[in-house]
Amino acid sequence: MRTLAAKPWFWSFVAAFGVWLATILFTGGASTIGVSQAALTFAAFSIIVGLGQMFVITLGPGNVDLSIPSTMTLAGTVALKVMETNDGLVLLGLILAVLVGLCIGVVNYGLIKLLRIPPIIATLSSSFIIQSTAIWYNRGIRIKPPATLIQFATGTTLGIPNVALVALLISVVIWVLLEKGIYGRRVSAIGQNMRAARLAGVPVDGTRFATYVLCAVLASLAGLLLSCFSGGAALNMGTEYLLSSIAVVVIGGTAVAGGSANVPGIWGGSLFLFLVVSMLNTYGASAGVRLLLTGIIIIGVILAASRRPLA
Amino acid sequence: MNWLTADRLRLLVPALSLAVLLGAVFYLQPRSMSYVGLNLLLNLAVPITLATIAQMLIMMVNDLDLSMGTFVSFVACVTATYLQTDPWLGVLILAVCIAAYAGMGVVIHLRNLPSIVVTLGMSFVWGGLAVLMLPTPGGTAPDWIRWLMTSKPPIVPMAIVASVLIAAITHWLVIRSAFGVVLRGVGGNERSVQRAGWSVIRAKALAYALAGLFAVLAGIALVGLTTSADANIALRYTLLSIAGVILGGGEFVGGRVSPIGAVIGALTLTLAASFLSFLRISPDWQIGAQGAILIVVLALRLLLNRREAREGRQ
Repeated sequence: MRTLAAKPWFWSFVAAFGVWLATILFTGGASTIGVSQAALTFAAFSIIVGLGQMFVITLGPGNVDLSIPSTMTLAGTVALKVMETNDGLVLLGLILAVLVGLCIGVVNYGLIKLLRIPPIIATLSSSFIIQSTAIWYNRGIRIKPPATLIQFATGTTLGIPNVALVALLISVVIWVLLEKGIYGRRVSAIGQNMRAARLAGVPVDGTRFATYVLCAVLASLAGLLLSCFSGGAALNMGTEYLLSSIAVVVIGGTAVAGGSANVPGIWGGSLFLFLVVSMLNTYGASAGVRLLLTGIIIIGVILAASRRPLA
Repeated sequence: MNWLTADRLRLLVPALSLAVLLGAVFYLQPRSMSYVGLNLLLNLAVPITLATIAQMLIMMVNDLDLSMGTFVSFVACVTATYLQTDPWLGVLILAVCIAAYAGMGVVIHLRNLPSIVVTLGMSFVWGGLAVLMLPTPGGTAPDWIRWLMTSKPPIVPMAIVASVLIAAITHWLVIRSAFGVVLRGVGGNERSVQRAGWSVIRAKALAYALAGLFAVLAGIALVGLTTSADANIALRYTLLSIAGVILGGGEFVGGRVSPIGAVIGALTLTLAASFLSFLRISPDWQIGAQGAILIVVLALRLLLNRREAREGRQ
């Protein structure tokens, strides 16, 4: 138990479970399946983008990707427009979404490395350009996703939402990358001390490049999934993921100063964040109260978790 | 070239960018080269400048405030409601807000919390409070702030007078005054400031309180221009203020900030928007072009940094 409590992700799960219980008890257990399924579905999107953001934040102070929302929008828009509700083009759409992510990742790191712009500002500036591209490409038309993709994104397998299964699959891959692969070691090493990592022979630039590309690709996938789930790409559909992608990483116990990441915490943080909103909805709170309490709960969790010395 | 110190050199690029942008605006729209024209161009710069200064004060102690936009929106809501109908209560609320900022600085320091996360949480709190206070856009600006923001001083427009004043006051506060040096020292090397006998907690509380004060002024100034408020009125200030500080030659860590640069950065961002609308760029690309301008200006800084690095080696 003590070793479990010492895990950085432990508290996010305690908090998520507590909120889940409070919601279930309020409705007398009637909503157990509904709330759980909804939580898994909506958490899935922030899990996917959160995993990418986690790697970026782990690279060290100042590293954060603010272009996630616009990347999601552009990838969703491009993929849906190319597929034109045609079931046969699903694979092409998927490939295009990944390509969009690849390009954005390359541009982002190009700005950071070649022009030496701080990552926050670099990704912020590129997000403006990406957003404009999406507006220009979309022309305000809302195109429906192909039927198979709608079915997939909104369906469940064995009672578990498909999007959550996708998130699980990606999480496992990322977990292997982080904990077992050399890439994860390199990212952590860079986050702990970039100079030391460079002197130790870690290919710093290559690793940072791969990280920004990975983050953008994950954001693209999440964007495609989200636009299929919600029946079309909307220009503002990524907005809430700007803050929540950072919030889930931090609530999950990943060090904000970089150098230490963990995958389970992303699940804990994402479930927690969505469950708080759904709990407050169940209690019938107004939009203002909901925001206010979300903020207070986030700060409360961070304060409670800060007893342990920060690595 | 003795006067061209590294610090002055850092100001050169932002100042030149602003001059070039202003020149381009004048060229595209010669009629803007007048009292009224400049006033219209730069009017919205006053609240953005104040918010940028607030962000700069936080960045000075190596932190980052992601709640700036929601906080300024909240203050705008307070200004358009309580400060108008019940001035004393309004002033009290705003004073409590500034105290909350100081408290935030203390908590962040004591618990060794990441400022990004705490301010992220606070952004929900301010947003919630603002929505509770003004669920729909509305309210009225108090007459005195309306008068102040629309006043027409002789020869030079209000926005320019205000910018110069803000730059002068904060330059003195941060660069010249004794406690400004301590505050920047906290950003540079916290431990050495502590060993020199200064209280880091007090310094952080002060930096945050000052930031709160300037953000409050930004919210009040904004309402003076818009005459009413809503809960989302200033959300983009969070990113604008960070961009403004960086454009003005500030850095995220090390207490390297420049108040004059920050003011110039905020003016540049404001002008960039007008410049783009004068260029008649399709609305689709307006936001994108702002991003491009940001990138170009920062690329210019690359050249400057190289030169500075050379100077350092000599």
